[in-house]
Amino acid sequence: MKPFEYIRPDSLKHAAQLTSGENGTAIAGGTNLLDLMKLQVETPSRLIDLNRLGLKEIAEAEDGILRIGALVTNSEAAAHPRIRSDYPALARAILAGATQQLRNKATTGGNLCQRTRCYYFTNTDQPCNKRDPGSGCGAIKGVAKLHAVLGTSAQCIATYPGDMAVALSALDASVEILTEAGEQRVVPVRDFYLLPGDTPWRENVLAAGEIITAVTLPSPVGGTQIYRKVRERSSYAFALVSVAAIVSVEDGLFARADLAFGGLAHKPWHDPRLSDLLVGSAPSVELFDRAADLLLEDAQGFGENDFKIPLARRTLRAVLAEATGVDA
Amino acid sequence: MLDKSGTINVNGEPHRSPEDPRRSLLDFLREECGLTGTKKGCDHGQCGACTVIVGGLRINSCLTLAVMHEGDDVTTIEGLGTPDKPSPLQTAFHDHDGYQCGYCTPGQICSATAMLDEIANNWPSDASDDLGGAIEATDEEIRERMSGNLCRCGAYANIVKAIAEVAHTSNGGSAE
Amino acid sequence: MNAHLKQDEPVDDNFLDKTGQGEVGKPLSRVEGLDKVTGIVPYAAEYRLDNCAEGVLVQATITRGQVTRIDAEAALAMPGVITVIEDDRLCARAAQGTAGEAPQQAPRTICYWGQPIALVVAESFEQARDAAKTIRVEYREENGAPLDPTLVDAEEQGNETVNQGDFAKALSEAPHSVDLRITTEGHASAAMEPHAATADWDGDKLTVRAALQMLNFNISELADALGLDEKQVRILAPYVGGGFGSKLGVSQETVAASLAAMQLGRPVRVVMTRQQVFQTVMRRSETSQRLRLACDDEGKLTAFGHEALVSNLPGEGFAEPVLQSSHFLYAAPNRKLQLDVARVHRMTAGSVRAPGEAVGMPALEAAMDELAEKAGVDPVEFRLMNIPERDPEQDLPFSSHKLAECLEQGARAFGWARGERKPRQRLEGEWWIGTGVASAARVHNVGEAKARVTVRPDGTVCVQTDMTDIGTGTYTILAQIASEMLVVPVEDVLVELGDTEFPRGPGSGGSWGAASIGSAVFLACKELRSQIESKTGQPIKDASLGDALGGEELSCEGHYEPGDVKSDYTSSGFGAFFAEVRVNRFTGEVRVNRMLGAFGFGRVLNEKTARSQCIGGITWSIGVALTEALMFDPNDGHLVNCDLAEYHVPVNRDVPELEVIMVEERDPVASPIQAKGIGELGMCGGAAAIANAIYNACGARLYDYPMTPDRVIAVLD
Ligand SMILES: Cc1cc2nc3c(=O)[nH]c(=O)nc-3n(C[C@H](O)[C@H](O)[C@H](O)COP(=O)(O)OP(=O)(O)OC[C@H]3O[C@@H](n4cnc5c(N)ncnc54)[C@H](O)[C@@H]3O)c2cc1C
Ligand code: SF4
Ligand code: FES
Ligand code: FES
Repeated sequence: MKPFEYIRPDSLKHAAQLTSGENGTAIAGGTNLLDLMKLQVETPSRLIDLNRLGLKEIAEAEDGILRIGALVTNSEAAAHPRIRSDYPALARAILAGATQQLRNKATTGGNLCQRTRCYYFTNTDQPCNKRDPGSGCGAIKGVAKLHAVLGTSAQCIATYPGDMAVALSALDASVEILTEAGEQRVVPVRDFYLLPGDTPWRENVLAAGEIITAVTLPSPVGGTQIYRKVRERSSYAFALVSVAAIVSVEDGLFARADLAFGGLAHKPWHDPRLSDLLVGSAPSVELFDRAADLLLEDAQGFGENDFKIPLARRTLRAVLAEATGVDA
Repeated sequence: MLDKSGTINVNGEPHRSPEDPRRSLLDFLREECGLTGTKKGCDHGQCGACTVIVGGLRINSCLTLAVMHEGDDVTTIEGLGTPDKPSPLQTAFHDHDGYQCGYCTPGQICSATAMLDEIANNWPSDASDDLGGAIEATDEEIRERMSGNLCRCGAYANIVKAIAEVAHTSNGGSAE
Repeated sequence: MNAHLKQDEPVDDNFLDKTGQGEVGKPLSRVEGLDKVTGIVPYAAEYRLDNCAEGVLVQATITRGQVTRIDAEAALAMPGVITVIEDDRLCARAAQGTAGEAPQQAPRTICYWGQPIALVVAESFEQARDAAKTIRVEYREENGAPLDPTLVDAEEQGNETVNQGDFAKALSEAPHSVDLRITTEGHASAAMEPHAATADWDGDKLTVRAALQMLNFNISELADALGLDEKQVRILAPYVGGGFGSKLGVSQETVAASLAAMQLGRPVRVVMTRQQVFQTVMRRSETSQRLRLACDDEGKLTAFGHEALVSNLPGEGFAEPVLQSSHFLYAAPNRKLQLDVARVHRMTAGSVRAPGEAVGMPALEAAMDELAEKAGVDPVEFRLMNIPERDPEQDLPFSSHKLAECLEQGARAFGWARGERKPRQRLEGEWWIGTGVASAARVHNVGEAKARVTVRPDGTVCVQTDMTDIGTGTYTILAQIASEMLVVPVEDVLVELGDTEFPRGPGSGGSWGAASIGSAVFLACKELRSQIESKTGQPIKDASLGDALGGEELSCEGHYEPGDVKSDYTSSGFGAFFAEVRVNRFTGEVRVNRMLGAFGFGRVLNEKTARSQCIGGITWSIGVALTEALMFDPNDGHLVNCDLAEYHVPVNRDVPELEVIMVEERDPVASPIQAKGIGELGMCGGAAAIANAIYNACGARLYDYPMTPDRVIAVLD
């Protein structure tokens, strides 16, 4: 960990200004940032502590919208009565991630911004275009078990590792951002993340000096909500593949089928074509498989992660079967 | 700005927060407070050996900076009980052989202590069938909730027995 | 006073059954337990020495070659940095267990990615960690280092080779046979306490507090590495946070801390980061095994073939002894066994809990399951009918043999339904449910051991040896043995361990600790007992120890040596595992519903700690079966998943309720206290019970451990 100046700003605006300066980085729970600072994957020269600036409320807004402050911990969010009753996919996704100790520290904003777990990214003596632009990608020619099968680029095949954002994507939540100029902008979670392309170091749309202030959930949509995470041990492991599903069936036809996927790409994967395909049709195994075909149409494995393609198909089938009661 | 005179309350005693902001809460406890009961197993949030209780919540002390805890109340294994006056969980771990080498043990016990409160407060877990219902300390709940504390000696089966015994007979807690 | 026994004969007087206290075997809670659960016992990095500096190791970032220059200028200019040590005596590798001499030194010759090459010493850990990152190293790289064990010409380990009878003929003529290739991945010990050493040099003598398992060997290794006389070295390791093989031999941080302390004249502590522990200490070799088994129509084995390929660095003597128990577990007249080692430039391969059987048994026992199915014999029955009368290769008697009892008792307790078994019979929701069985076997070893037992004037007893307790229960069982033999309450026995100034024990490794050091303590106590009895002229139990000694202290050093009896018998622990698992028919996730182990390992010295060893072993079996796999980069051989987030040791939720049955026995050959090793048996075959249950559940056979979802879905339909 490189030496840094530790700063407790007195206002959010001040915090935003400080993070816009040379190499100022916001710290919330610290569970991702400090991990990476110890490895010198992250080397901020100023650490801006957001912890004493509020943003710790979960508040009801108009029209049943729920606003989760950026500094609300993952534990608080998952235990919140409204989230448990109206957004169970979100509660489930949070609870499927990390451990209680980590969730007690991890914050809503920090969780959204957590970085990839690619082994080459965290090993500073290995090539990685994301960490060290132009140095090459260790994973493409090396071990790519955790890696993406959708939306990859020749530069980077890393995955976004988190769970919470996958549920937020299925729920079509939005991110509230305070800009350096002190203005607010709102970005749907579905648009918040970026594919690696030629700039794998850019993971989301946050610009320097921007701070996440909240995540807003649309008014409750009901339906059956599922978050299914497939992992190598029964707890405390990142997703191989995960599926968040908000599904309702009316008169034997899909009335809603909002799906998002974790473990497959550089971002929580949401493909609007799936919903178009499913809604209005009667649930059946054939239909589920057609949805999987569509989802995985352009999927490409890199050896160790080839399995994610059939695994995503199978997990999707399991989730849709569970949601609709179809015998799969 | 940064309150340099800040103190951190550890097991009820105030300790001056460290000079070097790089110092993790874990290293602060071990090196500056002399409280080596809190263990370093990985330094990266991957094992739970460093679990302590801050403001009633269990956290990994390796993944937080000491300076971020100025004014906070920190409880470590030493604050839960002593050999002469062990806490109910410490006694139960001893009776059920819920440890072998003992290295993960302080973290396990701090974790379990806070966990029983989480169950009492009806916080759900990945093992809860019903997100809305009351939470009971079933073995499966205990297993899931204790999965953030690795034990390479493989004492899990005994750890679950020890915690279940305390969960079902009292409300856990510390020595008093 | 001395009491020496070289065990050339079986000792079948079962003395501990006649002493009458009933202390040995009792499920006593650990004597040091309250200190552990309250966090006050110190481990290697937890001694506060005045003015202690902190060291962090610098590692190589090439696979093979020479270091031509280490540029430490930037580091030395950083605040708090004291020095950068580039001594030729720094160790490149860790010592193998029982080496007794320095491991590979000359750190400037690089043999694997991540090899330690220098040590940065600073006033604080944070400063040293940061400075280590600024060291620039120049290399002369030698490209093309072989990395893939399957692509090099392997060396046959001649002493493992067996060709008995006409194997090929028996195989081709048998009505039922299997020919399987089964693989296991590399494993890490991943003890929860990282490798650490705090060294202090007073100008003449070096005192090192270290995380080590075998001090009697470690002192020689360390002295040799440093060029010191053993008398100038003292190692202390009263508490060790787990070892599982990784702390058998002295490793790089201990030598580095010592050199730094000697150079600086002040204490130095070096604690490896978790990543360094993974990358530099020891890996268990991956294995590729070929199992060729054949049986007649009744199910009697006629051909037994087990061949394995393992790997290690050039120059290492250790080859994962995969076939260790295959040599004697099952009778078959025609046998072919062979072990090959491939030289590759991955980190050192060495002992990880139960070297050999931990991976050999899961392969063998999976093959046995498949053959039992082909022959139409119940797998419990199949094993029972192939238990040999005598060691089939060496034609020696077994010292004791409880495999049949373990299979029978285990089957009964588990509720094993004997008879025809069909896979894919039970589907509950998304989960296929199935059961499986496997045998357990682990060779029994003993080592030379010395311990001093002192009866003090106040009638209390003190036991001293440099033996370690790495979680195995040594403190407690030695107190129990002394208590039993000298008729004093356990509370009156003080056991002091882990100090090389004490008589030399065997060290903790290969499950030999308890039987060996227990015997030394037993011998000393036996001598003391008879001295006291002859002094007082009455049985020891009628006299108070304090009065009997009349204010004097009585001390005896017990010395146990393995003897000829070792070559007259084959000695092993045996057991059986039963598992019920569920396999998700969509995602291929496997979870263990319940598991049972029945074990026969001689006299049980403490029922509680013995059971804990067993559940620990079974937990490791779950890791071998389902979650643990080291992954190496194909281009430079570095260990890719070098932390506890990506190397998956089982978590609490992976482990269901475990049942343990201890099949009591006395083994007169194993040791004078009739006890055998127990620490490893619990993981020698358990993974196969899980694999066999996976097949029984879902009808698909997997041949590669661990059986992670990616592999399971590849065979599920
Ligand atoms: C061993 C381990 C296992 C884990 N397993 C899982 C898992 O299974 N699933 C899962 O989803 N996650 C998992 N995590 C990741 C964990 O959820 C994240 O570390 C955590 O959510 C990050 O939140 P934080 O508040 O601690 O972020 P920090 O570490 O404080 O910050 C992370 C990043 O976000 C930025 N940031 C923080 N807050 C804001 C804000 N308000 N505005 C702008 N930027 C901000 C920081 O600058 C930093 O770049 C695991 C972590 C560990 C260590
Ligand atoms: S996949 Fe991306 S993060 Fe991983 S090594 Fe390649 S560039 Fe770096
Ligand atoms: S030391 Fe903090 S989690 Fe391992
Ligand atoms: S008791 Fe040794 S790691 Fe848990």
